[in-house]
Amino acid sequence: MDNSIWISILGFLATVVLAFTVGVFYGGFVRKITARIQNRIGPPVYQNFFDIVKLYSKKTAINHGWMQHLGPAFAITASVTSLMFIPVLNGQDWIWFENLNFKGDLIFLLYMMVFGSLGMALGAGQTGNPHSAIGVSRGLSQMVGYEIPWVLALVAIMMQAHTTSITGLLEYQNANGTWMMFESPLAFVAGLLAMLGMFHYAPFDVPFAPAELASGPASEFGGKYLALMMTSGSIFAFVKLVLFVDIFMGGASNLIMLVVKTFLLYMVPVLYGIVSPRYRTEQSIRYFWGWPTFIGVLGVLYVVFTR
Amino acid sequence: MPNDKKSQKIVDIIQNAARKHSLFVLAYGTGCGAIEIPPTMTSRYDAERFGIRGMATPRQADVLLVTGYLATKTLKRVIRAYEQMQDPKYVIGFGSCTINGGMYWDSYNTIKLLDKYIPVDVYINGCMPRPEAVITGFVELQGLIKEGKANGAEKYKENIDWYRANQKKVIKNWNMPDYNW
Repeated sequence: MDNSIWISILGFLATVVLAFTVGVFYGGFVRKITARIQNRIGPPVYQNFFDIVKLYSKKTAINHGWMQHLGPAFAITASVTSLMFIPVLNGQDWIWFENLNFKGDLIFLLYMMVFGSLGMALGAGQTGNPHSAIGVSRGLSQMVGYEIPWVLALVAIMMQAHTTSITGLLEYQNANGTWMMFESPLAFVAGLLAMLGMFHYAPFDVPFAPAELASGPASEFGGKYLALMMTSGSIFAFVKLVLFVDIFMGGASNLIMLVVKTFLLYMVPVLYGIVSPRYRTEQSIRYFWGWPTFIGVLGVLYVVFTR
Repeated sequence: MPNDKKSQKIVDIIQNAARKHSLFVLAYGTGCGAIEIPPTMTSRYDAERFGIRGMATPRQADVLLVTGYLATKTLKRVIRAYEQMQDPKYVIGFGSCTINGGMYWDSYNTIKLLDKYIPVDVYINGCMPRPEAVITGFVELQGLIKEGKANGAEKYKENIDWYRANQKKVIKNWNMPDYNW
C-alpha cells in the first residue's frame, strides 16, 4: 500500500478538525455579538467548547429506539460528507487532501445537504414527543421554502459557467478574474436570501422555537445525542459558508482570507436574525416563495438572455 | 463518584471544568420566584457570562431550578422532570418556600422541605432572592461541581427507596411510569 492514501486520510482528519474548530468558534462569536447587541457582556468566545465537552461527558443518554440513535449519526455523516466535496482552499490542496470532486458534485451536494435534516427528522420522529413532530413538519415545510431560491441561484450560476462542479466554478472565476457575485448579482442575492433560511436564525428559527416548541426536533435528545448534534451543526455551518464563498466569492487562497470571507458572510444571517422576531411557518414559506424566488427567476433569465 | 482534589484524574478535572462553565438551566417556575429569572438572564444581570443558559426541555438540562413553593400536584411534575434529566444533574432550591415552606408553612397541600423529595445541591435563601443572590447561588454550585461535591443525583439513586417513600406519602394518586433514567 502506498503512502498517498494515508496522507489523504490525514488531510481528511485535519479538514474535519479545522471545520469543527472554526464552526465552534463562530458559534461562540455569534453568542458574544448577540450579547453585545443586547447590551450584555455575554459568554466567552470559547463557551461552545465547554458546552460540547460537557455534553460529551454526560453519564447517561436515554434513547427510545434505533432510529433515535441513527438520527444524529445521519446528521454528522451528512455534514462530514458534504465537507469532503468542498474545496476548502482555492488553487492548492489543503494540506495534501484532494477533495472528492467530480463532474456534477454541486448537484450531489444539493441532495447531500438535505440528508442530515431528513435523518434528524426520522430520529426525532421516533422519540414520540409531540414537540418534535411539530418541529419536524415545520422544518421540512420551511426547507421546501428556501430550497427553491437556492436551486434557482445555483442553476443560474451553473448556466453562467457551463459547469456543475465546484472546482469548475472556481476555475471559471479565476479565469475571468471576477467573482460570481458580480458576474450574476441576481443569483447571488437569491442565494443570500435563501441562506438566511438555511442557517435557521431568527426570523426563520421556526422549527426550533424554544418559547413555543421546546427546541423542536431536538427536544427529546439529551446528553451525547445533543453533543453530536452540536458538533454536526458546527461543521455544517462551516460547510455552508465555505460552499457559498467558493461558488460566489471566488474561494479563498489562504486560511486568513477564508476566515475573513466566511465571517463577513456569516454576519448577514446573524445580524439580520438578532434584530428580528420569529415568523410563523406560513409567513416564512411565503417570504421565500416571494422576492427570493422572483429574484432567482430573474437571475436565470438574465443568464439566459445575456449569455 | 465523590472524589476529593487529590484523587482527581486529569479527565475528571477537564470534565468538571466543562461542567462548571456550562450550566443548562431548566427553570421550573412554580411560584412567584419565576419573576426573578428574567432579570437574572437579561442584560442587567446577564447570567450567560458564567455559561448559564436556559434550556427548554429536561432532557437537555443540567440544573433544575425550583423557584418557589411546591403544591403536591406540582411536586409530581417536578419529580417527573427531574427523573427525565440526564446525569450528572443538579437541583437548586430557590427561595424560602423550598427550605421550610416559607409563607405556606401551615398550608394543607404544599410541601415544606424540598430536600425530602428530590436531592437539593444548593439553596438560595430569601423571599424573594434578588438576582445577585441567584447568581451567587449558581457560583456556589459551580464551586461544588469543580470540587466534585455536587453529587445529589448519586444520593438520589442510592437512597431511592427513602425518597420514593417520602414522595408517595404526599402524592396520593401515584400513577407515574417507571423511568430508567
